[in-house]
Formats: sequence, C-alpha cells, structure tokens
Amino acid sequence: MLELALHVLDILRNAVEAGATQVALTIIEDEPANRLTLTITDNGRGMDDETIRRALNPFYTTRRTRHVGLGLPLLAAAAETAGGGLMIRSRPGEGTTVETTFGLDHPDRQPLGDMAATLLAFLLAEAAPDLRYTHRVLRTGFPADNPVFAQEREFAFNTAAIRAELEGLPLNHPVVARWLAEYLAEGERELKEVEHNEPGAVEGAGV
Amino acid sequence: MPKLKSLDDLKRVREEAQQSLKTRLDTGTTIIVGMGTCGIAAGARDTMHAILTELAARNIDAHVTTVGCIGQCVKEPLVDIEQAGQPRITYGNVKPEMVSRLIEEHLINNRPIEEWVVGRLESNVASTNVAPTV
Ligand SMILES: Nc1ncnc2c1ncn2[C@@H]1O[C@H](COP(=O)(O)OP(=O)(O)OP(=O)(O)O)[C@@H](O)[C@H]1O
Ligand SMILES: [Mg+2]
Repeated sequence: MLELALHVLDILRNAVEAGATQVALTIIEDEPANRLTLTITDNGRGMDDETIRRALNPFYTTRRTRHVGLGLPLLAAAAETAGGGLMIRSRPGEGTTVETTFGLDHPDRQPLGDMAATLLAFLLAEAAPDLRYTHRVLRTGFPADNPVFAQEREFAFNTAAIRAELEGLPLNHPVVARWLAEYLAEGERELKEVEHNEPGAVEGAGV
Repeated sequence: MPKLKSLDDLKRVREEAQQSLKTRLDTGTTIIVGMGTCGIAAGARDTMHAILTELAARNIDAHVTTVGCIGQCVKEPLVDIEQAGQPRITYGNVKPEMVSRLIEEHLINNRPIEEWVVGRLESNVASTNVAPTV
C-alpha cells in the first residue's frame, strides 16, 4: 500500500465486519511532537487476547478467501518502519481501538494520501456505521520554539448530525453523495493548505 | 475557520434530493463497487471516486455504494451496475481510466461493454422479460 489512507479504509472495514454501529477515527498530525497518530475505535464484537495476538500475525485471518497481506500486520509494519508502532486495545463485546503512530517527518513514512476519498468510500457503504471523524493538524511556530505562528486546525464531523439533517435520506443518495464528496474534499484541502501558508498569511488560531 | 461547505447546506441538499426522488425511482440505477481488502489493494477506492466524478460531470443520477469482499479477488476492482428491469452486470478489473467509457456505453448508450463483463445476474423481479444484451 502506498498511502496510509488506504490502510485506514481497510481498518474501517474491519470495524464494519465486526458489526460496529459506531466508529471514531482520529488523525493527529503533531509537528511539535513530530508524531502522526491514527486512532480507530469501534463498538463491534471485539477480540480476546488470543485473537489480538493472532490478528497481528500476517498468516492469520478468520475469513476464508485469500489474504492479500493488507490488514493489521501490514499497517503495523508500515508504522514500525516509520519509527512508530501499532497497538490494539480490545475486549470481547466491548469493541476495539487500533492506535497507530508514525514519526511525522520519518523518511520512510507513507504519505497520508487521499483521506477524503477514503471517507467517501466508507460512508457510501450500505448501512455504514456512524462515524465521528477528527483530523487535527498542529504546526510548530516560526522559529520552532516561537509560539506566535504556531497553528492548530481541525476538520471534524459526525455523521449522526448529518443523518439527522437528512431526515432519513441515505448518505448514498446521488444528491447527498455529491455534496458529501465536495464537503470532504474541501475539509481535507483546507488542512493541507496550512503547510504552505506564509507565516504572515496565517489566519488559523494560535496555539 | 471559514468553510465553503458546511452542515448548514444540508437543508438545501435534503430538499433538492427529496424533490428529485420521484423522477429517480423509476429509472433507478445502482452502481456497486467491491471494497473489501482485495478491492482496496487493487485500487477500488479510486475507481469509485472516478465513478462519482464522472456521474457528477455528466449530471447522471445513480446510487453508488460499496460491498465487502465477494471472493473474486483477481478480478478486482469489481463494479456492478444494476438498472431497473435489467440483469445486474459485473465488470472486472475496472481501473479509473476505464470509467468514462463504462458510464458512456452502459448508462448513456445502454450497451454493456461485453469484453469487460465478468458476470451477469438476472434481476429476480424482471427475469422473464429481460431483453438479451447483444
Ligand atoms: N475491529 C475489529 N473488531 C473485531 N475483530 C477484528 C477487528 N479487526 C480485526 N479483527 C480480527 O482480526 C482478524 C485479522 O484482521 P485483518 O484485517 O488483518 O484481516 P481480515 O480482515 O481477516 O482479512 P482482510 O482484511 O484481508 O479481508 C480478522 O479476521 C478479525 O477476526
Ligand atoms: Mg481486514
């Protein structure tokens, strides 16, 4: 896999396959701490310790079709090559949290990639679980120890709120999907722009 | 943080959708993209994105949705097109650059692209009066 966003989509699918109705995805790009964190929490069926251990083994799957070497072991490997790691917290009947960290500026870290496309692919699934999404970007000041130009930006939404407004229309209704595609692309694009801002042109909140 | 798009749009989106619902139900088209691990690895996310972009550009109304792994991993990305009263047709190895022709031929000219078809499922409501394709 060449983008972390594709791994994220795969891990989100695990939550769906585990019967989750609520999923939370949090992405934090923390420049001061030089860390990228991806956290995916679901209220699906959960795993016992033995299943967690086996889930991190690339030759284990509870499915019967061929395994193409994605899933948790591959994400764990991607994290470990980039100065981070993957941790699973889970209990049967209580859901699962998969937390992955990376060195933000590590040369072997895969790019985050197209998160908007990942979110769209997840949300347009038939009976997609509710998603609480938070993508936060923290930039250091200029110079690094000067808080003046430090910024914190966030793109966040909750599909429960979106669904409430839609009064029963599905997210994959053509008109809704079109809006959603633009909404997600725009939210992610605004976060990316932070990187390219001139210190003087910043309008984000100071940290 | 000014947003061009915000949840405030949703009321308008809902009204537009509700208005168009009547006309859309008779010509209902659903496009289903396989989005299991094999599909994702083969590029299904970007194929789906290309489909949405193409539909928007041509102003075609169709539902686009995803399913998990359906066990035909080597043919991923798999795209099913289901239209009222027509057999459900499965296309295999659909790359983003194939999407434009697929939409044009199948949805606009109503001619499935036979060389890309990997499966066909008669729709159970209309299996007796389905016109054979080609
Ligand atoms: N969120 C989760 N909740 C419960 N069980 C999970 C979760 N994520 C993974 N598992 C368990 O761990 C196993 C391994 O997951 P992994 O994603 O690596 O492969 P897979 O989902 O089995 O196969 P593939 O991803 O190739 O379709 C799963 O089969 C499942 O039993
Ligand atoms: Mg999986």
